[in-house]
Amino acid sequence: MSEKRATPLLDELEKGPWPSFVKELKKSADTPAVNDLLGQLERSYEEKIGHWKHGGLVGVMGYGGGVIGRYSDLQAEFPECAEFHTLRINQPAGWFYTSDALRTIADIWERHGSGLTNMHGSTGDIILLGAKTQALEPIFAELTAAGFDLGGSGSDMRTPSCCVGQARCEWACYDTMGACYDFTQTYQDELHRPAFPYKYKLKFAGCPNDCVASVARSDMAFIGTWRDDIKVDNEGVRAAAAGGVDIQKEICDMCPTRCMAWDGSTLAIDNSNCVKCMHCINVLPKAVKPGDDRGAAILIGAKAPIVGGALLSSVFVPFIKMEPPYEDLKELISRIWDLWAEHGKNRERVGEFIQRIGLGNFLEQIGLDPVPEMISAPRSNPYIFFGDEVSEGGQA
Amino acid sequence: MSATKRLTDIGPPHYEKFLPPVVKKNYGQWDHHEILKQGVMVHVAKSGDKIFTVRAATPRLLNIATLRDFATLADTYCGGHLRFTSRNNVEFLLTDPANIEPLIADLTKSGYPVGGLGNAISNIVHTQGWVHCHSAATDASGVVKSIMDELYPHFVDMKLPGKLRIAFACCLNMCGAVHCSDIAVLGVHTRAPKIDHTSVPKMCEIPSVVASCPTGAVRPASVGGAQSVEIIEEQCMYCGNCFTVCPAMKINNAKTDGISIWVGGKVSNARSEPKFSKLAVPFLPNNPPRWPEVVGWVKKLVELYAENARKHERMGEWIERIGWPRFFQLSGIPFSKYHIDDFKHAGETFKRSVQIRQV
Repeated sequence: MSEKRATPLLDELEKGPWPSFVKELKKSADTPAVNDLLGQLERSYEEKIGHWKHGGLVGVMGYGGGVIGRYSDLQAEFPECAEFHTLRINQPAGWFYTSDALRTIADIWERHGSGLTNMHGSTGDIILLGAKTQALEPIFAELTAAGFDLGGSGSDMRTPSCCVGQARCEWACYDTMGACYDFTQTYQDELHRPAFPYKYKLKFAGCPNDCVASVARSDMAFIGTWRDDIKVDNEGVRAAAAGGVDIQKEICDMCPTRCMAWDGSTLAIDNSNCVKCMHCINVLPKAVKPGDDRGAAILIGAKAPIVGGALLSSVFVPFIKMEPPYEDLKELISRIWDLWAEHGKNRERVGEFIQRIGLGNFLEQIGLDPVPEMISAPRSNPYIFFGDEVSEGGQA
Repeated sequence: MSATKRLTDIGPPHYEKFLPPVVKKNYGQWDHHEILKQGVMVHVAKSGDKIFTVRAATPRLLNIATLRDFATLADTYCGGHLRFTSRNNVEFLLTDPANIEPLIADLTKSGYPVGGLGNAISNIVHTQGWVHCHSAATDASGVVKSIMDELYPHFVDMKLPGKLRIAFACCLNMCGAVHCSDIAVLGVHTRAPKIDHTSVPKMCEIPSVVASCPTGAVRPASVGGAQSVEIIEEQCMYCGNCFTVCPAMKINNAKTDGISIWVGGKVSNARSEPKFSKLAVPFLPNNPPRWPEVVGWVKKLVELYAENARKHERMGEWIERIGWPRFFQLSGIPFSKYHIDDFKHAGETFKRSVQIRQV
């Protein structure tokens, strides 16, 4: 092993109360690859620029995704991290582990890689940072033998993720972990073999608080909600009031549709005007709860800026019961993928595709009726592409 | 080669294998929860069973030695059960409340602070930066560490008006999808890519490079008799998409890369609808190892929010209530032409009324 790299700038980041990534790196400073990584990173801190080359095609046999090639552009100086590839390992739904499962991953990664991980990557995978090309197949063999598999990368269905759901949250309006696992297993081919115009992310959030940021970060968001009345335990509301919650100010006045009234002893809700925003439930978790007729709203098309600008997703199905085997939903997803795969441009996310061809046309193509829940307002411009049925007197 | 069959497409392990018995028993049957103190909550099932959660921060970049330490803590106090959150915290799941304080003591001693619940700052979600990415305009872990060293009191206390979610991405690809956060810290390039004309024909497909540009700034060109591309510099907004499809379009620049700060986004539907973060500070220099300019502005924005927002209001809800002119006045951020949108649909953010606070 080359000499221990000096890291005076990085050493500054070992100080302070917040957990230090430099300390994490240095726990493996005796590993040659990590020693050189520390040296290269220190160089980046000196020069204010990264030193990783652009991508590189590496992977395991039969898979088109799951491994991100990474090569140093200072290979002569830092030969031990010249190849420093990433493996994305599909996380267990809800990110639950046993201590044995964590140790299994740690042991495999100690035998074959740098010993550095991310728990977890932005999309949700377990990230193993820093493998040499020749180690990829042995790692894959050991991981699959232990019951783990690769996640997605490139233009494929990316690894689905979900919130903690019904495992530990009373607000989960459907089984997010069950749905996430089910869809992940159904689409193993789409996950591992990129065949789309670009990435396609699925996220499962149990309630409108959206703890997995599905509305912003997924091409298809399944966000739990309910149709019947909010459940109010007025004894609990009175207890909260006695405990210092100003029910009028903190609950009624902050309700987005002002559908609540408080007379000092009873919280009355006009449920026909409740938009299930969760505010009152969040503030009064013991006294106010989602209704019993639960399911999910499905939204489509969120993405970060690249290429055509950032998008939040928009309502696609206002309410659906989320029950296995989810056949209607899978049928809907097939129709979306068929249309987008055929007509989407290279690196065009489904949200951008919908903007280009029009949501109305998109709905027509996949056979879904337009409903007013899909919009915040009807169009205000008169540039309408009329179809024949209108001029023939077919529509109101 | 071993004779065992090569396993493929098995998918992730089934989550049920990893659930604590109390979760298996009460799956879908939870009744309510309560934050007992910062970093500790209890969920109570309809059966009366309880599960206690102790949440601790991690730096996301974790050594396997740390994973083993967490596993040992889980064995000692939690029957071997733990989970991670969507914001890179680790959560230990206990059934015996007597184990809570010893666990907290062990976590604190190891340097993993307990907190992040309720009206507080939870962990920062972030990207790879110079540790592992080819297109990073800045480091990620170092900036996050520097910010959270300052904001640490807001992780271990619960004194903010509402939740405050900070996210960090080191370039416009936004692997961290930071665009809907209370405070988003975003690495930016500020100069057009430098084209390596000898590599373009070897490494890149010219029509794809041209098509990759959202503003049509890249066009085919013949350079020294060889096919390459050129960039209309005034049309380039440095998104780096051409670099993603063509390694010869080098966009990283030590002198001109830096950081921008965005505010007021959210993903939850509570009270107001989900919204994008909007530009606050257009550009700050890369100043490792501690990025004092970035840390200073983030801290100032958090303090402004803490002083001025009403209880339960998120950053964006507070700013919408007081109006953007007052936000700029209070923050002291100089308003510039960079704050005015000039991309697609730019007019949607122009003010179209005279409802103006004349101050």
